[in-house]
Amino acid sequence: MVKIRIYVRRRVRTSLKVKIVSASLSTLAAVVAIVLMFHVLGVDPLYAFNRIYMASLGSYYGISETITKSIPLLLCGVGLAVAYKAKVWNIGAEGQLLMGAIVSGGLALFTPLPPQLAIPIIFLGGFIGGALWALIPAVLKAKFQVNEVITTLMMNYIAERILLYLVYGPWRGKEVWGFPFTSRIPSYARLPVVPGTRIHYPTLIIGLVSAVLLFFMLSRTTIGFKVRVIGESIRASNYAGIEYSKIVILVMIISGGLAGLAGAGEVAGIQHMLRKGISPGYGFTAIIVAWLGNLNPLLVIASSLLIASILVGGDAIQISIGLSSAFINLFNGTILIFLLLNYFLSEYEIIVRR
Amino acid sequence: MDVIVAFLRTMIRAGTPLLLATLGEIYTERSGIINLGLEGMMIVGASVAYVVAYHTGNPILGILTAICISGAMALIHAFLSITLRSNQIISGLALTMIGVGLSSYIGRDYVGKVGVKLPEIPIYPLSAIPYIGEILFKYDPIVYASLILTFILWFTLYRTKIGIIVRSVGENPSVADSQGVNVYLVRYICTILGGMLAGLSGAYLSLSYVPAWVEGMTGGRGWIAIALTIFAMWDPLKALIGAYLFGGIEVLQYNLQPMGIPPNILAMTPYILTIVTLFIASREKLRRRIGAPACLGQPYTREA
Repeated sequence: MVKIRIYVRRRVRTSLKVKIVSASLSTLAAVVAIVLMFHVLGVDPLYAFNRIYMASLGSYYGISETITKSIPLLLCGVGLAVAYKAKVWNIGAEGQLLMGAIVSGGLALFTPLPPQLAIPIIFLGGFIGGALWALIPAVLKAKFQVNEVITTLMMNYIAERILLYLVYGPWRGKEVWGFPFTSRIPSYARLPVVPGTRIHYPTLIIGLVSAVLLFFMLSRTTIGFKVRVIGESIRASNYAGIEYSKIVILVMIISGGLAGLAGAGEVAGIQHMLRKGISPGYGFTAIIVAWLGNLNPLLVIASSLLIASILVGGDAIQISIGLSSAFINLFNGTILIFLLLNYFLSEYEIIVRR
Repeated sequence: MDVIVAFLRTMIRAGTPLLLATLGEIYTERSGIINLGLEGMMIVGASVAYVVAYHTGNPILGILTAICISGAMALIHAFLSITLRSNQIISGLALTMIGVGLSSYIGRDYVGKVGVKLPEIPIYPLSAIPYIGEILFKYDPIVYASLILTFILWFTLYRTKIGIIVRSVGENPSVADSQGVNVYLVRYICTILGGMLAGLSGAYLSLSYVPAWVEGMTGGRGWIAIALTIFAMWDPLKALIGAYLFGGIEVLQYNLQPMGIPPNILAMTPYILTIVTLFIASREKLRRRIGAPACLGQPYTREA
């Protein structure tokens, strides 16, 4: 009898050819999986893909909605990409976004802001809110080696409860008929939009500029070099004399602050108030965005648009197929699984020996 | 007195799904795998159990199917994180997303329908004892099972060879490997066990605690179970106490509201307690005494 043994070995270096082959294989597998999924659901896959495409990119309105939804995903996604580059597993973007929303909303509602400076102050407040919320797990990790996965995750739920407490309690508006909403923020605190759309372009510009700046920070600066060394090997970074704890705190402030800006954008640009369910999980979805963008801030711009188009298209097929809004999660989860498969195929080789 | 009895009963009933999911996660994490897919596996368990019980009229069949399906989801997580050495955080989050989406599809035609409820089986004659009988001996079988499982899993973890193997695999897989332990196999089994218990936990929600199918009905209990695993310091007996404590907090949220205590503030406490526990447990000496798995979340590759 011939005994076949299968080994898995880490590749020393991944060639471009391997990268292309594994990316195409994984994409193909993902498409097959999604087509099968639609078949099981009794929906013609071509019809579904067509609906998603038409709803998200096939019309002026669809494109504008896709861009609108890509804004928070982009801001959260680029921040997370930088954190993950340094192997800091911040999964708390959702809570950081909510904290940014709370601080900026609170500023707009309850402080007498000078109208000309209102918008910069709201953005600054959002950044600080998100960054401070990220700073708690950052310090716990940097100084006390507390696992950031769990702490950032827990901080999401604490932030959500703070928001609920505020909008059901002391911050609830007087004229909202018992809904968990605050009053509307004054008009000078609202962001301008591209006419006829919901694209609050100041936030979009901040997102794009952050992506470009962070790309250069990662690839061209000493700090970026340190982040990449830590990402390769924490042990090596110690030998190189890199202060790990400083980098951890820095990347957490960046990712938390950007998520906070996303929250400020949702409050001042879309909702014009604080309310229950202000984010439909943008902070969690941004985790996919960061990975799909291969943790490269410039590619994250593209991946945030792609995922936003799935969100917008998903809303449309939910209505036409009659599924609930939770259904789109199935889609996103499947994409993530095949991303992991792609990562495995490009990082490892499978050796079969007799 | 009746108020206290009623509170303790609801506390135990609210704590049971947390306990079941936590027991599973304790074994998964003890073996070195972190499963953030718990919430997804729980909710799929809840929907599957409900639908199967609805059509067969047999809640046991529903429970068993839920256990199998959630176990299969855990198998995917095990394959990705053990065999493919993937990032366990991403894989877990992906499975939670898939679970939330899948359950909304499975249960879409069953929202608001009256289904099967798991009957209570009083343990006679203990159930006849005044107060005590009411508090401890009048539940459905899953509550009893959770108590028996707590003891069995605690005993196995600390008093048997199997327990030593599981703990060694999470603490130092290469040493365990050199002692002839099949690290991959142990991790696969512990991860699947964790998924199966999450499925049971979901089945309890839809067949006994609620009992109905409501979209998103796990309501973050999977995340609380992950918090609880740490709060309990990876110890099944402490998980029992923690689950009833967190269950009690869940019940109090509604009961204390008329007294002016905001439910949302109370609802934060499990998460805050978990962060505090993690902080206290972060000191190396303490970590060793508690037995927090040192290689949690790290894929193991055998040196060739």
